[in-house]
Amino acid sequence: MNARYLGRKVLLLVPVLFAVSALSFLLLNLLPGDPAIAILGPSATEQSVAALRHDLDLDQPLPVRYVRWMGHTVTGDLGRSYVSNQPTVEAVRQRLPVTLELLLLSQLLALALAIPLALLAASKPNGLLDRASTSTAFAFLAIPNFMLGVLLIYLFAVRVHLFPATGYTPFHDHPIENLRAMALPAVTLGVAELAVYLRLLRSDLIATLQQDYITMAQAKGMSRNHILLRHALRPSAFSLVTAAGLNLGRLIGGAFVVEYLFALPGIGSLTVESIFKRDYIVVQGTVLLVAVGYVLANFAVDVLYGVLDPRVRHARATA
Amino acid sequence: MKPVLLDVAGLSTTFPTGRGPLIALDDVSLSLDRGRTLGLVGESGSGKTVLARSIMGLLPAHAHRQGHVWFEGQDLAALSPRDLRDIWGREIAMVFQDPMTSLNPVMKVGRQITESLRHHLRMGKDEARTAAVDLLDSVGIPEPKRRADEYPHQLSGGMRQRVTIAIALACWPKLLLADEPTTALDVTVQSQILDLLQAKQAERSMAMILVTHDLGVVAGRTNEIAVMYAGRIVERADTATLFAETRMPYTESLLASIPRVERPSHTRLQAIAGRPPDLVTRPGGCRFAPRCPYAQPRCAEEEPPLLPAPTPGHTFACWYPVGTPAGDEALARNTASNEASNKAADRAADGR
Repeated sequence: MNARYLGRKVLLLVPVLFAVSALSFLLLNLLPGDPAIAILGPSATEQSVAALRHDLDLDQPLPVRYVRWMGHTVTGDLGRSYVSNQPTVEAVRQRLPVTLELLLLSQLLALALAIPLALLAASKPNGLLDRASTSTAFAFLAIPNFMLGVLLIYLFAVRVHLFPATGYTPFHDHPIENLRAMALPAVTLGVAELAVYLRLLRSDLIATLQQDYITMAQAKGMSRNHILLRHALRPSAFSLVTAAGLNLGRLIGGAFVVEYLFALPGIGSLTVESIFKRDYIVVQGTVLLVAVGYVLANFAVDVLYGVLDPRVRHARATA
Repeated sequence: MKPVLLDVAGLSTTFPTGRGPLIALDDVSLSLDRGRTLGLVGESGSGKTVLARSIMGLLPAHAHRQGHVWFEGQDLAALSPRDLRDIWGREIAMVFQDPMTSLNPVMKVGRQITESLRHHLRMGKDEARTAAVDLLDSVGIPEPKRRADEYPHQLSGGMRQRVTIAIALACWPKLLLADEPTTALDVTVQSQILDLLQAKQAERSMAMILVTHDLGVVAGRTNEIAVMYAGRIVERADTATLFAETRMPYTESLLASIPRVERPSHTRLQAIAGRPPDLVTRPGGCRFAPRCPYAQPRCAEEEPPLLPAPTPGHTFACWYPVGTPAGDEALARNTASNEASNKAADRAADGR
């Protein structure tokens, strides 16, 4: 990986991040209704509404508001919640670890199972394992998150008391309790991703295994495992990396349904709660977080393409 | 006495298709001794590549192979995949047709050589690395140290084929199968690669099977030649004998399709009329009969066996061989009847 390639990528990131922030700012300004009235309620006096509008800069023209908001944002100030008076940054900081842990655990679980299963399935297409894993994958894809979550809660929390049904314990308070609480949500979230990853990697692997250089590796007397891991896996990983990157970006915004179902205090539930409370400032903050998360995840994917395939690296460095 | 290096006996390979089994290789036998080179010649689809792959056992899973491949007295056809892997790359190596696709695009060139060295010869990392650089040097790659750290896409086609040759030679195989190693290359590079293969073969006194569709390629470079047609060997001889005493009309047609320097310029090249037969619904009789200028009624009914000619080591499969009284007579008869039918056609055209 050369520095020039990375440098170009980072430079390209700056305007994209600006555009994304502007769009998320605009989006919330397009919502119908006056946020000040929404915050104060229908019985508010005209004076108090005007005062709040002034407080929120709502009486200023849009470009001025954007510049002021941007100024605050880059200094790490996303405003305060009008419901709890808590700074948005603080609320996000509290909720983000839960979401990140859920993201990390579910993706690790999905990848740790999908990669070996795909390798095994692709090494014998239409074999027993391939067909079994294909049908299981489609079954899991067909089950909606909330169904699977409820089912898992019923089986492993209600019938067998293996895991708590809901609730969250911070990791630094009690690591084992924390992992027990995260197990069912992570499985619920990971299973559908597992199915997608498995299908993507399997079909790319099968295509790669038809390549001449795989026959060549066979002719060199390399073992099946060596060929799968050393020769076939890397050139087959593009779709997988793309899908995983998109999921990463999506899940930074929290998995609303799963967080809600398991009563996890993550970014997803923060956003939903704030929307219901019309807590416009906090929603603006989480939307920005999701948008930036997406951009950064895609940046990581782009860099990974270069790691996976030297041709991408050289083509872009010399272009 | 040591057994012969390679002895192929009754080798047949079929692929199941929707229309029935496709017999790509039909009862082929041949043998090759240590240090000898055999040219395997034929049109596309004649079974040359399938023969090379069948010798190795490197066939797709759905292929069905019958017969024996004795390699130093050991039947490769009876070996388990695991035992076969100890032979592949170590005892028998292969150079593929297209170096653009036969090297792994995401692996450094050096690594693609060292992995065989480390696997088969149990070399350490540094030892393998040194050996790989030496190999690259020996196949004529300039700056081998730098090149070893490059990826295939950074090399030209000719360079890449040199790399695949270095990979094939890495473990000092006793038999090298070169499957149309120059077909995908620029004409200017072709002879360089062939010269390199020839030099390495002589230097290591390794046996080599050179698969090609071009008789011109094997003319000066091989000890023996086997001509294949529709999955069978139809003529086999020492290279000089094959050119001097061609017996099989198909070989003669192949020879006529090579451009020759000694012919006057603008001499038309003789293309072989028609196409090779469909290997699924093959008619009986001689496979070449429908395209053969010597063909007689017998050819369509009985398939000629591969029988020895008077010259030792020369075998061919033909009822009316080229350069024999029977063949001359058959050709004369066909020419006469062609002329007659042409005249009849002319008369019919005039009459209108």
